[in-house]
Amino acid sequence: MQGQANRFLSWLRQPGVLNAVPASLFLLIGFAGPLLMVFGYSFMPPKTFSLFQEPTLANYSSVVSDSYYISFFWSLTLAAATVVILFFICYPIAYGMAKVFGKWANLITVLIAVPLLISENIRLFGWVLVLLKNGILDGSLQAVFGFSASGMLYTVPAIVFGLVYVYLPFMLFPLVIGISMIPDTLKEAASDLGASRWEVFREVELPLAMPGIMIGGILTFILSLGSLAESKILGGQTVVMIADDIESAFTFAQNWPKGSVLSVLLIALSGTIVILLFRRIDLDRIIGRR
Amino acid sequence: MDETQGAFLELRKVTKKFGNFTAVDEVDLVIAEGEFFTLVGPSGSGKTTMIRLLVGMDQPTGGDINLKGVRLNDVPANKRPTCMVFQDLALFPHKSVGENIEFPLKISGVAPDKRRQRAEQLLKQLRLPVDYYSKGVNQCSGGERQRIALARALAFDPDILFFDEPLSALDFRLRKTLEKELKDIHRETGKTFVYITHSLEEAMVMSDRIGIMRDGKIVQIGTPAAIYNDPINRFVAQFMGEVNTLEVESAGKNTVQDIASGARFKVRAMPDGFTKGALIIRPESVKIGQSAAKLPNRVKGTVYNDYALGSRVQYQVRSETGDMQWLVERLQDEPFDGKAGDKVTLGWQTEDSILVGD
Repeated sequence: MQGQANRFLSWLRQPGVLNAVPASLFLLIGFAGPLLMVFGYSFMPPKTFSLFQEPTLANYSSVVSDSYYISFFWSLTLAAATVVILFFICYPIAYGMAKVFGKWANLITVLIAVPLLISENIRLFGWVLVLLKNGILDGSLQAVFGFSASGMLYTVPAIVFGLVYVYLPFMLFPLVIGISMIPDTLKEAASDLGASRWEVFREVELPLAMPGIMIGGILTFILSLGSLAESKILGGQTVVMIADDIESAFTFAQNWPKGSVLSVLLIALSGTIVILLFRRIDLDRIIGRR
Repeated sequence: MDETQGAFLELRKVTKKFGNFTAVDEVDLVIAEGEFFTLVGPSGSGKTTMIRLLVGMDQPTGGDINLKGVRLNDVPANKRPTCMVFQDLALFPHKSVGENIEFPLKISGVAPDKRRQRAEQLLKQLRLPVDYYSKGVNQCSGGERQRIALARALAFDPDILFFDEPLSALDFRLRKTLEKELKDIHRETGKTFVYITHSLEEAMVMSDRIGIMRDGKIVQIGTPAAIYNDPINRFVAQFMGEVNTLEVESAGKNTVQDIASGARFKVRAMPDGFTKGALIIRPESVKIGQSAAKLPNRVKGTVYNDYALGSRVQYQVRSETGDMQWLVERLQDEPFDGKAGDKVTLGWQTEDSILVGD
């Protein structure tokens, strides 16, 4: 017993362990603790506020009967649509920033990063003013061209637009890094060996940019999956995303166990998708470490 | 070699300008089919630009590039029957050894089993184990990667293979081995090889002919022996490594005078109108001790350094007048066995005096 205690103390006195203590404590209290509490609350009887009651699966069964799957469906669909649209918008910009624009790439980086300093909600309300009936866009079109575009706000495309707008940097910057790591000689070599531009893209550029694409895709997917401001502000009551349901369960409905169940399911869902994706695409192999 | 008859690759006044800078300056060059031609030059001499023009990665700003009588200038790299082994090899890290070698075949639409057959054939030809087919390219050593890059280029079956200093990153022994292997591959395949390097020594080992480049121009073309024995100017002569160089001026028929010390030396022939220039004597041409006594050109001096280099010994000698530093090499089995501080006589034959103008 004495020996074990001594060994533990000497392990604790190592500089690496000592240095890691503050961060570990912080993560334990700020990250792992709340997660465990949410997990625990998901097994407590509905509309109760104590963690020390008899566990029940009632909340899990009510998720199915209360048709929350519709919210899950919308969150997944909108997140997937956002990722796909972002990829097609960001790839050409990222390619330009990594290989073509030279010193102008820095300016573009700043221009794209600066809006991040302003609260997401304020930026979204700005778009409300633009898309609103008789708002900036609609009003201008009426005044200049005489036709109206009044039905734009509070639609599903408006939500997707908001998601794409807000999460653009999170797709763009990983792509820039991914593309800039591809040596130009590899593409020259492929072309020299007879490959057309499309074949160079398909055989060399795309596979080698895959780590950046994966990281950008997963970041934006997870962020969109957990988003609620876009659907509330730009979507009105058109669709309810799952994060919206979780928020109402915790606040308006005062049903912590219900909110916890939905949170646990959302975490499990996004975790599974990420793990499956990483399994299918072997990043080490792509980068050539294996 | 008759240069016009065997014309395979032909360059006429090929020029490449980047703004005001002329990287390749009106180069005329004819390369014959099956030849191993090497362009040698220091960095910045335009040799890399030159090879990029030839494979189609850059377009010349002037002149014509013809291959088998067909003008290549406007043909993009992927449509040219030429192929290059890059300095960094440019192997695809996300593909296996086999997939790398098969790449050009895949692009041209060869069936998978035929591709694999050819890839395994090439692995054998390049002395790589056939089970390397599915190995990752980054698991291979430097020499193996070199061979994979060459196999990939050979799979393309180009009319001409270009090499952009692919051996420069390897250690000395491996480089020597691969130089000889490359020469073997050249003979086995009968293809035209165009190689660029900054090392004349490397060029001498492999090439049928060598072109020396400087400031975007080819200053001398010839067989390795011709360039070694008759460098056309001081640049070419000094490019060949450590040589003894004396600044001399004409002093009568086939005689020159060292400007610093006033000593006179015999040369085999003096170019018409020669007044001033450099007298080049290779270290291995200079005899030391007894064997130097009867030679027509002699200098007295003191040994101040000796280096044993295995099969040969190198001496540094300071002449009596103090104005000349000599580098002398002798083979191990020659009689002289001097040490630092010994007074010695150096001598060389008239035909070993190489005189170049400025």
